[in-house]
Amino acid sequence: MKEKLRSTINKVLPPLAALLLIFLAWYCICAFGSVPKYMLPSPGDVLAAFQKDWQLMLSHARVTLAETFIGLFFGILTGFLMAVIMDKISLVRKMLYPLIVISQTIPTIAIAPLLVIWLGYQMLPKIILIVLVVFFPIAISLLEGFASVDADTVNLMRTMGASDIQIFRYVKLPNSLGQFFSSLKISVSYAVVSAVVSEWIGGTEGLGCYMTRVRKSFSSDKMFAVIILISVLSLLLIWLTHIIQHACMPWDKINQKRRNQ
Amino acid sequence: MHALDIQNVSFSYDGKTNILENLNLTLHEGELICLLGVSGGGKTTLFNVIAGLNRPQTGKVLLGGEDITGQSGKISYMLQKDMLLPFRTVEDNVALPLIIKGMKKKLARQKVGGHFKAFGIDGTQKRYPAELSGGMRQRAALLRTYMFGGSVALLDEPFSALDTLTKSEMHRWYLDVMDEIKLSTIFITHDVDEAILLSDRICLLRGRPGSITDEIVITEPKPRRRDFNLTEEFLQYKKQIISKLQ
Ligand SMILES: Nc1ncnc2c1ncn2[C@@H]1O[C@H](COP(=O)(O)OP(=O)(O)O)[C@@H](O)[C@H]1O
Ligand SMILES: [Mg+2]
Repeated sequence: MKEKLRSTINKVLPPLAALLLIFLAWYCICAFGSVPKYMLPSPGDVLAAFQKDWQLMLSHARVTLAETFIGLFFGILTGFLMAVIMDKISLVRKMLYPLIVISQTIPTIAIAPLLVIWLGYQMLPKIILIVLVVFFPIAISLLEGFASVDADTVNLMRTMGASDIQIFRYVKLPNSLGQFFSSLKISVSYAVVSAVVSEWIGGTEGLGCYMTRVRKSFSSDKMFAVIILISVLSLLLIWLTHIIQHACMPWDKINQKRRNQ
Repeated sequence: MHALDIQNVSFSYDGKTNILENLNLTLHEGELICLLGVSGGGKTTLFNVIAGLNRPQTGKVLLGGEDITGQSGKISYMLQKDMLLPFRTVEDNVALPLIIKGMKKKLARQKVGGHFKAFGIDGTQKRYPAELSGGMRQRAALLRTYMFGGSVALLDEPFSALDTLTKSEMHRWYLDVMDEIKLSTIFITHDVDEAILLSDRICLLRGRPGSITDEIVITEPKPRRRDFNLTEEFLQYKKQIISKLQ
C-alpha cells in the first residue's frame, strides 16, 4: 500500500511541478513583460473570464458533449458492425479495408463545410463528422483484435462444439477489448475536437460557436478559458473511458502485473 | 464395445506428403493408451484427426461404433498448450464446455465447483489463469477437458511442460483420479517413463509417414504400487520400448 502510494506520487509529482512552472512563467511574462493583454491574457484574467462566463460556457459545453456522446455511440456502433462484417466475410474485407485506410488521408476539417452544405446547421452534420472520425480507429482496432486470436484457441472451442457466434462471444470479443479501449481513448479526444471544429463552421450552439464569437470580439481571455475547458472535458472523457475499461476487463490489471514481474 | 476405433486413417496437410498412413488403433472402454513417438512424428496431427479438426483423406474414426470422421465437438480434447483463456477466471474456464452446451453460467459454476477439490485446485475458482503455477494450470485444463463429458478423452502432452518434481506429483495424482473416473483415454508423451507409469497399453507411432508400429501391454495392475518405477519389470518394459524406438 505504502509502496503504491509512493509510486503514484513519483508519477504525479514531476508533471505537476512542470505544469506549475509553466503557469509561473506565463504569469511572469504577463506581469513583467510588455505583451498586450489582447494577445496574452494573464492567468488571473483567464480565471476572471471563466468566473464571469461559466454558466454560458457550461450550457454550450452541454451541447458539445451531447454531440460528442451521440457521435461516439454511432461511431462505435458502425465501427463494430463494420469490423464484424469484415472479419466474417473476407471478400468484404479485401474490398473495403484499403478504401477505408485511404479515406483516412482526407482531413476531416475539409469535409466539415461540405457536411454543413448537405445537412444544414443543426446537430446532424456534427454527429456525422464525429461518426466518420471515430469509426475508423474503432473498426481497425477491433478487426485486428479479432484476427489476432490464436488459431489453437479457436480449435479448442471447436472441439467443445462451439458455434461461430459462441467463438465470437467467448474468445474473439474479449480478446480484442484491450485494443478496442486503446483506440477508444484516442477516439474520445478526436470526437471532442471534431465537435468543436464543426461548430466553428456552422451552428448557433456549442463551445465551437462560443469560440467563434469571442474571437470576433477579441476576448482572448475568454478564448483561453474555453480552450482550457475543452482540454479538461477531453481529459475527463479519457479518464471515464479508463474507468469503463477497468470495469470491463478485470483480468487486465492482474495479467499486466504478472507481465511486469 | 470399443470406445474408439481408428480405421485405415491417412492424412496429409498439403495433399502430397502423408503425415499419417493406414493408421489403425482401437481404444477399449476404460482403457488408458499412451501414444509414444518422436516429436514431429504426427501425434498431434492424429489427435486433430480424431477430434474432427483435420479431416482424413482416407479412413474412418468411430466413437462407440458411430462414424464421427471430421466432426468436432464429440470428444474431450486437451490441447498441447494449456489454452486457458486469460480473460476468464479459472472456474469460468472450467465451466466453458458446459456453458457452450447451453447451461446457465450460475449452474455451470456450481457443477464444476464440486470437482475443484478432487483436482487439487480448490480455492482458485475466482483467480485468473496467470495467477496459477504451471501444475495448477494443467490441472485446471484437465478438469475443463473432463467437464466436457465426452466418453473418450485425448490429452496431448499434459505433463510435458512441468518440472520433474511437479511432474511426478502430477503422475501420482493422475493415477488416483483416473482410478476413480475410469475414462477411456489416449494421451501423448515423448517420455518413456511416464508412458510405462501411467498407461495400460503403449502404442508407438513411428515412421514417415507415421503409423502404429508396435504395442506394448503393461500388465502391472492398477492402482499401481508407489515404487513401480523402481522395479525390475519397469526396467524391462523400458528396455523393450527403447530397443523398438531405435
Ligand atoms: N497445421 C499444419 N500444417 C502443415 N504441417 C503441419 C501442421 N501441423 C503440423 N504439421 C507437420 O506435421 C508433422 C507432424 O507434426 P505433429 O503432429 O505436430 O507432431 P508431434 O505432435 O508428434 O510432435 C510435422 O512435420 C509438422 O511440421
Ligand atoms: Mg505434438
